[in-house]
Amino acid sequence: MKPKQPAIEGWFTFNDEAPHLLGTRCTACGTYFFPKETFFCRNPACASSQLEEVQLSRRGRLWSYTNNCYAPPLPFVASDPFQPYAVAAVELEKERMVILGQVEAGIATEQLEVGMEMELTVGTLYEQPEREVVIWKWRPLAAQGRA
Amino acid sequence: MSKEVVVLGAGMHPWGKWGRSFVEYGVIAARAALADAGLEWRDVQFVAGGDTMRNGYPGYVAGATVAQALGWSGAQVASTYGACATGAQAIDVARARILAGLCEVALVVGADAAPKGFFAPTGGDRPSDPDWQRFHLLGATNPVYFGLYARRRMALYGASERDFALVKVKNSRHGLANPNARYRKLVSAEEVLASPMVSDPLRLLQICATSDGGAALVLTSSEFARRRTTEPIRIAGVSTVTPRYPNTLIEMPNFATDSVVGSQVPDTSFRDSIAQGAYEQAGVGPEDLDLAEVYDLSTALELDWYENIGLCKPGEAEKLLHDGATALGGRVPVNPSGGLGCFGEAVPAQAIAQVCELTWQLRGQAGERQVAGARVGVTANQGLFGHGSSVLVKR
Repeated sequence: MKPKQPAIEGWFTFNDEAPHLLGTRCTACGTYFFPKETFFCRNPACASSQLEEVQLSRRGRLWSYTNNCYAPPLPFVASDPFQPYAVAAVELEKERMVILGQVEAGIATEQLEVGMEMELTVGTLYEQPEREVVIWKWRPLAAQGRA
Repeated sequence: MSKEVVVLGAGMHPWGKWGRSFVEYGVIAARAALADAGLEWRDVQFVAGGDTMRNGYPGYVAGATVAQALGWSGAQVASTYGACATGAQAIDVARARILAGLCEVALVVGADAAPKGFFAPTGGDRPSDPDWQRFHLLGATNPVYFGLYARRRMALYGASERDFALVKVKNSRHGLANPNARYRKLVSAEEVLASPMVSDPLRLLQICATSDGGAALVLTSSEFARRRTTEPIRIAGVSTVTPRYPNTLIEMPNFATDSVVGSQVPDTSFRDSIAQGAYEQAGVGPEDLDLAEVYDLSTALELDWYENIGLCKPGEAEKLLHDGATALGGRVPVNPSGGLGCFGEAVPAQAIAQVCELTWQLRGQAGERQVAGARVGVTANQGLFGHGSSVLVKR
């Protein structure tokens, strides 16, 4: 098996059974940021610059979804032939924010429904000769344990 | 002091795929607007250019680029960029200079030569640029965001793909008689629903194309206009608002919304605040509107705008559409120009083109697409990275 390399450093964990997105939380007002905000809290009512890295909730509810039926342009690295894939917007209850992600390969929009429970996983973004480049993805909780 | 400026002239270069330089489109639109105003280029004291990001350095300094092409005249200049809201920013800069008494005659111009297919980020490897990241990490094209909004609308309000298709049918009818529109062909709901799926539930004929085009306005002070016209078309409000934290709607090019933890959600959403800003400046409300030009980047988005600009309550846009209220001949026609569905998008020109259409409509010069007796119109539009854009025009 090729070694896995994250498509971007520091945005998610990927070496364990339960991957997490990595965000930051303002220690003063408590708001969350993804991707990580590291300089100043962006809440205009908060002057804090104390931001701690946190693992975000792995589960949430599907806010909306769509797909790419055609290959996106560069810098997206498309497979050849291109395989359409779904994109999900998932609302995290604790963080009270919506986060986008690709949907796990092989899950079509027909299998998705607004409001369903989703969980975070990690999958291939594209392959290089020496490594598999990975990214966070969403999948329906009901799909857990599929082959 | 009056907070109004006058649109003395409006002009366009037709939208299409012409294969020429954006400078050419800008100059032709500017000359048309000047001729319409009955003024010479050398009468212009200030040029506000809307920038294009896809045509190299001349596009980043669009005001000066067009001024040079028209012939250096010594006019003062500004070039601005606000993504799809670029045109409204350029209008606002020109308006502010006129209202401050710094000039009497300003030219606002925007033009673009667009590549075919999906808009992509500007070239080069820029892993810290959110616009680069969204394409590389997610393949999040603009239609992906449009698809998310459309599916959400279906889940919240029971909208159907056919509802969305009927927006395209309406706008295709509106654009038939518009000489500046790129697509002048009546399409049926069946044709829309048979076109290829791009980003579920949106099909090719429900997503606006990328186009070449140019639009220009000659804006003047009320005092200057009084010597030239007895029926001035007036800009009474320009909104270039940004969102208020926390913005709870996922926006291009972001990966996430703001978190609601630790702060209060604003009473008015960003989208709702856009036209509201223009209404407040003008002292009018949505009930005063005779027509609107809104940014139908997708068919479903046009329905969102009905609610965002206050034509109806959330969830009632489909009914408004089915009742014919937003078609020519209805209570408040939306996109009588044919909208982006008939034009395609020429980014820095588009918000200016919306005001050109309102100007012609309010003068009664819109020919077969004329909204009878139109006195008040609004434009609405939004640019990525948090740019509101709305212009209130009245006579």
